[in-house]
Amino acid sequence: MKVRDMVQKLGLKVFSGESGLENEIAGGYVSDLLSDVMGNTDENFVWMTLQTHKNIMAVASLKELAAIIIVKGLQPDEDTIAHSNEEGVPLLGTDMETFEISGKLYGFLNN
Amino acid sequence: MEFRYEVEGGNFSRAGHASSAVKKILKQLNVDNRIIKRIVVALYEGEVNVVAHAHKGNILVYIDEQKINIKIEDEGPGIPDIDLAMQAGYSTASAAVREMGFGAGMGLPNIKKNTDELKIASDVGKGTTLEMITYLQ
Repeated sequence: MKVRDMVQKLGLKVFSGESGLENEIAGGYVSDLLSDVMGNTDENFVWMTLQTHKNIMAVASLKELAAIIIVKGLQPDEDTIAHSNEEGVPLLGTDMETFEISGKLYGFLNN
Repeated sequence: MEFRYEVEGGNFSRAGHASSAVKKILKQLNVDNRIIKRIVVALYEGEVNVVAHAHKGNILVYIDEQKINIKIEDEGPGIPDIDLAMQAGYSTASAAVREMGFGAGMGLPNIKKNTDELKIASDVGKGTTLEMITYLQ
């Protein structure tokens, strides 16, 4: 599945990083600890988090993640959006809580 | 090849710039992607440690055909008990740093796991030096 398909199926908001919407999704990871994400994700994973600051893009870019989904209707910082556009890693949003969005994504990826 | 990067203590908006630069260099050198990933994880954690704990630091990178040697030297509080700092979950990070999702006590263990050789030397009240070696073959 591509990030674009996930956006459509889960009704996600696209804040930025549109050039990465064709990224393939290999899996997902849920964490709000940046070192946990650095240590345990693999490339093309989708990362679900409540963190909104610029450092999440540094992590996503270094780990070559497919996209970040910011949960609970939270808004990313302006410089997070700018970095997402520079790196071409989509920054997405949902009003759902982490439990719900990750459950839905898990279902899609395993069907 | 030698490269040098400066790290500013407390400036989280720049955290990761050295890691990103080194990653680009290693890709250009056609280093195995799995090895690049390990180096990048270790370097990012080291960079964040300087930002989170020290006043300032320098990252010195030496690359030859066999290995990459990264030295991170900082001026900062130092580490009184290195064995304790190496324990997963142990952290002295401030509440503000933890709120950002850093300071979970996973940094040094991540570095250890992702380097072939790691040396830490610290002088309390002066600073810390990390030397990380990873073989490229």
